[in-house]
Amino acid sequence: MGCIEELKYETILSHASFKECREYVKEHFKERIEVDPGFKIFDSYIIGIPPILVGIEGDAVVFPYTKPCHGTFLLRIECSDEVDRLRKKR
Amino acid sequence: MRPNLRVRGVVKMDPADPSKDGGEPGKKTALLLLGCPEVPVQMGIALYLASRLEKSGISVGVAGNPSVIQLIRVSDPDQHYVKRVMNLEKAMADLIEGRVHPDITVAFAHNDAGISYAATVRHVSASPLYLIIFGREAEALAALAEFECEKIVERAVHNPAQLKKKIDKVFGWAASKS
Repeated sequence: MGCIEELKYETILSHASFKECREYVKEHFKERIEVDPGFKIFDSYIIGIPPILVGIEGDAVVFPYTKPCHGTFLLRIECSDEVDRLRKKR
Repeated sequence: MRPNLRVRGVVKMDPADPSKDGGEPGKKTALLLLGCPEVPVQMGIALYLASRLEKSGISVGVAGNPSVIQLIRVSDPDQHYVKRVMNLEKAMADLIEGRVHPDITVAFAHNDAGISYAATVRHVSASPLYLIIFGREAEALAALAEFECEKIVERAVHNPAQLKKKIDKVFGWAASKS
């Protein structure tokens, strides 16, 4: 999952629980997509407990990113191509 | 329900690169997914499990972050207990993409991330999943694991004895008292 760390990202939540990230997306983003664990986003696989919510805000994707030692981070990355791909998934 | 360790039919081998790591044709396989190595009991239990499973004729691979891999290699320099190690992210990618099909998977969790990894394994793999939950928050974490798996829960941090006892019972390694 090293690829995401090389992208320009904004950290919305850090060292959070998976549930906290899910609740944040639910509360703060009107446009949301539910994906399965293992769903590929920015060439990385989403690790998590279903239901996994990914938020969309304009051209940005907001999604949970889990690391074994640091918990889950809620990241925001601008990428219209990824937004289009996610919207097509619906 | 306790998953059956006996496997029927064709056994698919892991790891993804058998030419490098030497899969053993015809043997059942187990994948141990380790979390952050900050809680001492994890490494002892992982080496114990690997040893017992290998003695049961199961080829064991252990996945973890770079620190976990270094801990294993330093603790077991002659590879008596763990013969194959792999990067956790690579192991997850192989499971998700269906490139590996371990006969059993054992996930270790002492934090929220560990449960997330186990949930992902449950979603992408049909193999029996054992989830070893330990550390100071063991009971609370166990409540988050609502997916199908065999949970082994013990509030162990430094002393692995009680956790080992529970593992022995679940895997059928407990000494007979009769």
